Amino acid sequence: MTALTSVANDARLEYVLRIADSSLILGHRLSEWCGHGPVLEEDIALTNVTLDLIGQARSLYAYAGALEGRGRDEDQFAFERNEHEFRNVSMVELPNGDYGLTIMRNFLFTTFQRELWAALQGSDEGQLCEIARKSLTETRYHVQHASEWVIRLGDGTDESHQRMQRALDTLWPYTAEFFSSSEIDDAGVGPAWPTIESRWLPVVRPVLDVATLQVPARTSFLSRGKEGIHGEHLTPLLAEMQYLQRAYPNCDW
Amino acid sequence: MDRKEWPLWEVFIRSRNGLDHKHCGSVHAADPAMALKNARDVFTRRMEGVSVWVVRADDIVASDPDAKPEMFDPAEDKIYRHPTFYTLPDQVNHM
Repeated sequence: MTALTSVANDARLEYVLRIADSSLILGHRLSEWCGHGPVLEEDIALTNVTLDLIGQARSLYAYAGALEGRGRDEDQFAFERNEHEFRNVSMVELPNGDYGLTIMRNFLFTTFQRELWAALQGSDEGQLCEIARKSLTETRYHVQHASEWVIRLGDGTDESHQRMQRALDTLWPYTAEFFSSSEIDDAGVGPAWPTIESRWLPVVRPVLDVATLQVPARTSFLSRGKEGIHGEHLTPLLAEMQYLQRAYPNCDW
Repeated sequence: MDRKEWPLWEVFIRSRNGLDHKHCGSVHAADPAMALKNARDVFTRRMEGVSVWVVRADDIVASDPDAKPEMFDPAEDKIYRHPTFYTLPDQVNHM
């Protein structure tokens, strides 16, 4: 393999890991709600979303392993990488907070994911197209679930409205990272991230309007999880998620 | 704080193979949209259905379990209500 294709291949791998890691880390965060949901039905609903996200990550890791060609499997990607090797956007690693924050994050992130999956249908990579096609159907439901709750809670009681506005204020700055671009986007595996913003905003704003929430102004804050620069919250998350594989390497269960 | 329970909804699912919606359980939800969503999440996780109905449990009029004898027992010894006393001509198949 020439050096040039190897660099291009690394960029493709990076691109896929950015998508995969965000699904996995959000999936793990949501799994923390399992058994703690506000009502039984919501507990199950959120667990369904969790399993979908982890499933997306698995498919993408399998694909990443094939791209990389070093024989790493999905478990190795998930359980044997360190914090700086994870490429998830920073928003998904934030602690769950209250249910309002969890729902607001699901809303902001899954609406982004839906546009991403839709755009990836046009990718030249057959397997990636297929993963995106399957994930799009799942994500459509995640969006529906989150949107309904954003409206219910945003346009609900004074208490729920305040909490949703606080959640939006906290999370909004992290959405800038969804659309930030870097040189790996030139690999052309999928859409350049900035192009997704113009499709995402017209989807997100009307829902937030109906929910009577104020969209904060954009600031210069830019999180950099996609580059492997994470906040304080990812390490404890990985410590828990990876504990078994770290304590008993190669164990099977 | 006022902690009201959400009302109960009965869930009916039409399975892939069947033609009828069958009762399969109930969910709590604040309104019809949420009831449908909850029913989907609780009862169709393993591809159990292709169509879901939800009905407010309050809107179902049910027979009184204590009135079972007078409601149903009288039918027991009326075998003439079953169409089993007719001789079918040989030409009639598939009855």
